[in-house]
Amino acid sequence: MTVRTLITAATFGLAAVVAAYAAEPQEVRQEMMKQVGGATGAMAKMVKGQEDFDQAKVIEALTTISSSMAEFPAQFPEGSETGMDTEAAPAIWEKKDDFEAKAMSLKEEADAGIANPPADLDGLKAMFGPLTKSCGSCHETYRLKKEG
Amino acid sequence: MSSPSGEAKRPASKGAGVYVLGGLALATVIGAGIFWFVTEPHPVSDERLAAIEAADADAARGESLFWAGGCASCHAADGAEGEDRLVLSGGHRLTSDFGTFVVPNISTDAKAGMGGWDLKSFANAMLAGIGPDGSHLYPSFPYGSYIRMSDQDVADLYAFMQTLPASDEINAPHELNFPFSIRRLVGGWKFLFLNNDPRVELANADDQLSRGQYLVEGPGHCGECHTPRNLLGGLKAAEWLAGAPNPEGEGIVPNITPGGPDISAWSASDIAYYLESGFTPDFDSVGGSMVDVQKNMAELEAADREAIAAYLKAVPSHPNGY
Repeated sequence: MTVRTLITAATFGLAAVVAAYAAEPQEVRQEMMKQVGGATGAMAKMVKGQEDFDQAKVIEALTTISSSMAEFPAQFPEGSETGMDTEAAPAIWEKKDDFEAKAMSLKEEADAGIANPPADLDGLKAMFGPLTKSCGSCHETYRLKKEG
Repeated sequence: MSSPSGEAKRPASKGAGVYVLGGLALATVIGAGIFWFVTEPHPVSDERLAAIEAADADAARGESLFWAGGCASCHAADGAEGEDRLVLSGGHRLTSDFGTFVVPNISTDAKAGMGGWDLKSFANAMLAGIGPDGSHLYPSFPYGSYIRMSDQDVADLYAFMQTLPASDEINAPHELNFPFSIRRLVGGWKFLFLNNDPRVELANADDQLSRGQYLVEGPGHCGECHTPRNLLGGLKAAEWLAGAPNPEGEGIVPNITPGGPDISAWSASDIAYYLESGFTPDFDSVGGSMVDVQKNMAELEAADREAIAAYLKAVPSHPNGY
């Protein structure tokens, strides 16, 4: 076996490991939540007056939330209850229907906002409060605070 | 003059057994006496009760105390939203290492709730952990914090709670493990852990900081979850707000001292915004039991949230208590 073969094998091996790792549902759902957090932050900065109201950015943020929520509940297959610093609570698997319903309800709220986007800052404020109530109402039951 | 060795050689007599038995009996009586003395309920003094009754109570001010105190978080029915959070029917089950506490009905119903309580009974519960029949209340009701509340605030809160609806819901009794099921033992807990000393000494505290200290250490009772406890259920005073294992299951309650891994990078305005909106600086959201607490905090005046934030930036830093 030549050195070149070894390096090639090692590289492919590593790539395979990375691919498998990246596909772990714990990582996928954590990334989705980061996206949703970023989208929420983009709107919150307008609500707080740190940035000017921008309807296009609001629609972009709502689209991120909607598309993330469409895929989110599928990222909790059996066997992904622990590992990779997951903060998923056991209640997700105990009350799967409710968990999925909560995700779908947030998706519908985001979709409603896309279909009828706020025209100004007041409109955004009126939408933002009720929309983001979903964050806490889901995290109250379905997320555990872990050491870190 | 007899030497000590001479005394040691004295043969044992029947009398020695009597002395031993007598000594044991005496020790038992003294021990029981000490137990009885130590565990005795100590109600609020008559002078203080008179001062509380003399206060010019205001139900509107009492409402902000109601939210600061988090009454609804335990005493409203599980899952209650909106106006239903004002129906204090109880029934929530608080799990702990000592067994399960079933939260009582404290609505204005005369039979199922505390509709029959006068202000004195209310003050004794809040400030001394004593029920209307004179017996100890378990410290799952956080009088270990409420003891720091002012006369005025106790009177105002009572006035507000008189305006709330009645619920005739009768709840199950606590399900506690022996020996914690013996209520009198709470007196020992109080002897060891109950006092109204400040939790931390803050040099040169201005009005805002003092207000924050009052809210966090008193009505807000933040330390009841955010401070680790010892085996007897007392707060570890030297680890004030250092975080603790989640008493209700997996996970942790965060360290909220400036040394906490989550909060160390937060500014005072980040903390105040979190309490108002439920969002962390990177727009993660509040979770777990704190969701309900944050809803309460959102009801406070902005200045009170800012005072809490100022206090949390000023308390001594600790490593994680979990």
